[in-house]
Amino acid sequence: MDLSHIEHSLAQHGAWQGKYREIMLLGKALPAMPDALKTDDALVKGCESKVWLHLDLDEQRQRLILIADSDTRIVKGLLAIILACYNNQLPLEAGKLDAYELFDKLGLIKHLSPSRGNGVRAIVERIHQQLQVLQ
Amino acid sequence: MNDNPCTQIRHDFPIFEVSVDDQPLCYLDSAATTQKPNQVIQAVKDFYQSQNANVHRGLHTLSEQATTAYEAVRRKLAQFLNVQSREIVWTSGATASLNLIAYGLSDSLKKDDVILLSPLEHHANIVPWQLAAKRTGARIELLPVDAQGILQLEQAKALIENLKPKVMSICHASNALGNINDVAALIASSKSSGTVTVIDGAQSLLHLRPDLQQLDCDFYVFSAHKALGPTGLGGLYGRYELLNALPVYQSGGEMIDTVSFSGTTFRPAPEKFEPGTPNIAGVIGFGAALDYLAAQDHDALFQHEQSLYQSLLQQLSGIDGIRIWGDTANNVGTVSFNYKNEHHYDLATLLNTHGIAVRSGHHCTQPLMAHLGIEGTIRASLAFYNNQQDISRFIAALKDTISLLEE
Ligand SMILES: Cc1ncc(COP(=O)(O)O)c(C=O)c1O
Repeated sequence: MDLSHIEHSLAQHGAWQGKYREIMLLGKALPAMPDALKTDDALVKGCESKVWLHLDLDEQRQRLILIADSDTRIVKGLLAIILACYNNQLPLEAGKLDAYELFDKLGLIKHLSPSRGNGVRAIVERIHQQLQVLQ
Repeated sequence: MNDNPCTQIRHDFPIFEVSVDDQPLCYLDSAATTQKPNQVIQAVKDFYQSQNANVHRGLHTLSEQATTAYEAVRRKLAQFLNVQSREIVWTSGATASLNLIAYGLSDSLKKDDVILLSPLEHHANIVPWQLAAKRTGARIELLPVDAQGILQLEQAKALIENLKPKVMSICHASNALGNINDVAALIASSKSSGTVTVIDGAQSLLHLRPDLQQLDCDFYVFSAHKALGPTGLGGLYGRYELLNALPVYQSGGEMIDTVSFSGTTFRPAPEKFEPGTPNIAGVIGFGAALDYLAAQDHDALFQHEQSLYQSLLQQLSGIDGIRIWGDTANNVGTVSFNYKNEHHYDLATLLNTHGIAVRSGHHCTQPLMAHLGIEGTIRASLAFYNNQQDISRFIAALKDTISLLEE
């Protein structure tokens, strides 16, 4: 799933129901995380819903592999957007990304209440923390 | 359905003229905080505009006027609850009141004494007691609640007689489910054991207007903002001998008799629990809320709330896959539910796109959610300013949301 495609499909909808429909479709397309990987260590704190995140490096290609899941449809869709942003990036490049800014650009952040917005922020912060460990 | 009392009353609440995200507000979150009538907003504004002065601290005219107005509200509330003025303490809210009481009663608790709570309690009526138990070695026991979230009265009475708790602290109405507990019966059962009874009235003050002499509780706590008043204010009632015997909780000016470095003496209750400059504007605003309520026909408002509640229940039950929690036969007008396995977060987020304000999550009652075996619910809570249109809009939005989720 590439970002310009996501941006385009979200922009099509003026009403929020339509945007959320797109977001939930993105979530549906995201493969479910096997239960064995839904460990306490993988839980992202600071989200209203449950979010699990794993970040790894494909040593050979030096590219990031992220997998994530959530128990809610909407957050799972938001995760799909974040993953589209970070997956397959070089760690150094990924370190410079700011998914929060991306959400702002997609017009999503201002419509997420602080607690929901903080969920996105918490996920992004977790990614960047783990990136630092990689480097 | 008769919407009459509501059509006039709704005009008293300016928030309903505001649009939220370009839609008229459909406010079904009164259990979190109620909306404020013009009279309350005006009273707070008038106070700052033309009466502002500190209380109990000056001989000048404004200070005397402010003090008189401030103390008059204490009398008004005492009358409303059918107790004495000196038994009312102002605090910052129900949370602060429960902390004050739990801290104060710690002095009379010892190892293995029983503090009796219920699984229905708000965290504010759990955590202060856990701290008290930790300080004193007392232990916390729970009243029985069934799988639907209903207190089992007969078993509860037997348990009280059996455990002889030192303290029992129970909500009058559950914030998460709306259940009205028969607290009068629980209090009566505890009399022979000399239990100190504390009633969390955060959800009952507005809907039930309790007569505390009839309830016969020792303490009752509330938040003004859940009963049409301003935020940042609440209070407690305490049976005078018990209240006055509690140790000082926070200290400072205004609550002392004399201060010297060889020793300080405190004023009697309620002053000894009200250090520092109080929330004067809040109290004045709450006075206007009490006047407002006194001018309404309580029975008519209650009937109106109950008929809206019945209509909401009925329409919700008509939707396949809705699971409603709590006691629907005794309720202040709060519906807590889940839809199939859908997450409350998704439901609430999508409902919000229709301008529907409901609460979602654990409602500060995590032990209750664990007891019910769920993570959280959607909670729609009513007040007398709601109308049938709010219910229809909510139901239409919910159906729309469900079909979006099931696409
Ligand atoms: C039953 C109950 N108890 C206590 C509280 C705490 O009230 P406050 O947050 O106003 O102090 C609440 C508020 O939600 C409540 O519903």
